[in-house]
Amino acid sequence: MSELVRADQTPAVDIVDVHKWFGDFHALKGVSLSVARGERIVIAGPSGSGKSTLIRCINRLERHERGHIFVDGVELNDDVKRVEAIRSDVGMVFQQFNLFPHLTVLENCMLAPIWVRKTPKAQAEEIARRYLARVKIPEQADKYPAQLSGGQQQRVAIARALCMSPKIMLFDEPTSALDPEMVKEVLDTMVELAREGMTMICVTHEMGFARQVADRVVFMDEGQIVESAPPDEFFAHPKHQRTRLFLAQILR
Amino acid sequence: MSDARLAELPPQARRGALGWARAHLFGGWASSLTTLCLVGLVVWLAPGLLRYLIIDAVWSAADGGACRAAGAGACWAFIGAKWPFFVYGPYPPELRWRVDLTMALGAALVAWNLWRGAPRKGLAALALLVAYPIAGFALLYGAPFLGLAIVPTAQWGGVFLSLLVAAVGIVFSLPLGVLLALGRRSKLPIVRMASVGFIEIVRGVPLITVLFMANVMLPLFVPEQWSPDRLLRPLVGVALFASAYMAEVVRAGLQAIPKGQIEGAQALGLSPWRMQRHVVLPQALALVIPNIVNTFIGLFKDTTLVAAVGALDFLRAIDVARLDPAWAGPTIATTGYVFAGLFYFVFCFAMSRYSLGVERRLARASAR
Repeated sequence: MSELVRADQTPAVDIVDVHKWFGDFHALKGVSLSVARGERIVIAGPSGSGKSTLIRCINRLERHERGHIFVDGVELNDDVKRVEAIRSDVGMVFQQFNLFPHLTVLENCMLAPIWVRKTPKAQAEEIARRYLARVKIPEQADKYPAQLSGGQQQRVAIARALCMSPKIMLFDEPTSALDPEMVKEVLDTMVELAREGMTMICVTHEMGFARQVADRVVFMDEGQIVESAPPDEFFAHPKHQRTRLFLAQILR
Repeated sequence: MSDARLAELPPQARRGALGWARAHLFGGWASSLTTLCLVGLVVWLAPGLLRYLIIDAVWSAADGGACRAAGAGACWAFIGAKWPFFVYGPYPPELRWRVDLTMALGAALVAWNLWRGAPRKGLAALALLVAYPIAGFALLYGAPFLGLAIVPTAQWGGVFLSLLVAAVGIVFSLPLGVLLALGRRSKLPIVRMASVGFIEIVRGVPLITVLFMANVMLPLFVPEQWSPDRLLRPLVGVALFASAYMAEVVRAGLQAIPKGQIEGAQALGLSPWRMQRHVVLPQALALVIPNIVNTFIGLFKDTTLVAAVGALDFLRAIDVARLDPAWAGPTIATTGYVFAGLFYFVFCFAMSRYSLGVERRLARASAR
C-alpha cells in the first residue's frame, strides 16, 4: 500500500476517550469520535451537553484533560508550535463571528496568511478577494466589520478561515447569533462548502442543514455521545429516549 | 417652505443665539443664578488681570529699572532678556545652533509621525525612534570625530532639557509599559511576579524619591567609573516611573478586549506575539488613548521635579534667572511663574487636543 493511500485512510480527526472538566463540572465524559476525510458531521444536543466544548478541543481552544485527540494524524499536546500548526490547518467559525473590528474585511482575511503562512502581501490579497467572491461579498472588501450585517459578517468569518486553505472546518453554532432572515445566506455558503468536499464538523440546531448535507448526525447529552447515525436514520428512527425528546422539542 | 418641511425643523425656541442662551444659561432659577455668579466672578477678576498682564505690563526695558516702578505690571521685558537662558540654560552660546537644529529636527519628525496621511509612515517612525536619538545625542553632547565639541550634560538646561526629559520619558514609557502590562497578565509566574513587583513598588513611591534614589544611592553601589551620567540617572528614573503608570493604563485596555478576539486569533494559528501585535494591542491601545495622553501630560509636568536632583530644567532656569540682581523686583517672580504656567499649558493643551482628534477619528472608524 502506498504512502498516499495510507495517508488518505488516516481520519481527519480522531477523538479517543476524551474527558474535560471545568472546575468540578465534568463537561466531557469519555467522548470518542472519528471523522473521515471529506466527512460532514453535525453535532446536536441540548445546551450544556458539551458539544461546543468538544469541537473547541479539536483546535485546543479548550485543553482536554484525558484521552487523545489526533488531527490529521498528529496528536494534540502541550507543544505550542504543534498546536499553532494544527490551528493553522483547522478553520473555525464562531457564533459571535469574532472578526477583528479594527481591520477591514480584506485585512481580516489577509492577516493569518501573511503572518502565519508567510504569504507575500499581493498574493494574500488575491486569495482574500477570491474567497470573498466565493462567499458572495467581494464588494464589501474595504469596509469594516461593523458596517456589515450579521449574515455578511459571518460569511466574512468563513472566508477568513478559508483563506488559510484549511483541511478541516469547525463551525460552532454559526447561525445562532443571526437574525432569522440572515440564517439562510450563511447556511447556503456552508452547503456550498460541503459540496466541494470540505471536511466539516458543525455544532448547530439547524436540522434542515443536517438533513441536507450531513453524512452523520451526532447527538450529545451530558458530556457524552448518545447516538450517531446518518441523518435519514437519525431523524426517522432515533434509538434513544433522550434523542427522541430532543427532536420532539426542536422539530415542532 | 411647505408645512411638511417646516414640521421637520426644530421648534423656534431652540434655534439662534438667544434660543441657545435661554436653553443653556437660563434654563431655570438655579441655572440662572449659577450663570450670574460666574459672570460676576469674571467681571470682578478680569480687569485686574488684564491691567497686570497687559495694560500696565512692561514690554521692553534694558534692565529691571522700569519694572521696579510703582504700579508696574508683569515684567515681560525680563522674559525677553532671559529667553535664551530659559531655552538653553548654560549651554555654550556659540554652540546653541546645535540645540536649535536638534529641536527643529525633532519637531519636523514629530509632525511627520503625527500628521495623518503622511507618506512613508514606517520610515517616519524609524527616523524618529532610531535615527533621531542617535543624531540628537551626537548634536547635543558632541561627537569629536564629526568635529562637534563635547558639551557635558552639566551645561544642559532650560526648555530643551525639559523637552528632552519628557521625550525620553514618553518614548520609553509606552513600550516598557506595554511589556509590563503583558508581563502582569502572563501565565508564567516569575514574569508575572516581577512585573507586579516592579509596578507596585514604583507606583508606591513618589517620583522625587525615585529621583533621589537614582542620584544619591546609585553611586553607593556602583563603582565611580561605572556610575552613570548625572543627567542619565533622572532620565532613567522618570522613564521607569512613567512606565509603571503606563503599564496599568495599558492593562485596563487589554482587559477590555473580549475573549472572542483572542480565540479568533488563536484559531487562525497566530502565535501569541503576533496576536498581541496585530489583534489585541491595536484595539487595546486605541481604547485607552485618553488615559495614555493623560499619563503623558502628567509626565510632562513631572519633569519639573528633576530640578530637585540638580538638573536645570525650564522651571529651575526661571528660578535662577529671577535672582539676577539686575532684574530684581517685586513683579519678577510672578511674571516668571505666569510664563512657566503658560508654557506648560500650551504643551499640555496641545497634547490634549491631538488626543481628542485621534479619539474622534477612531470613534468614526468604529461607528462606520
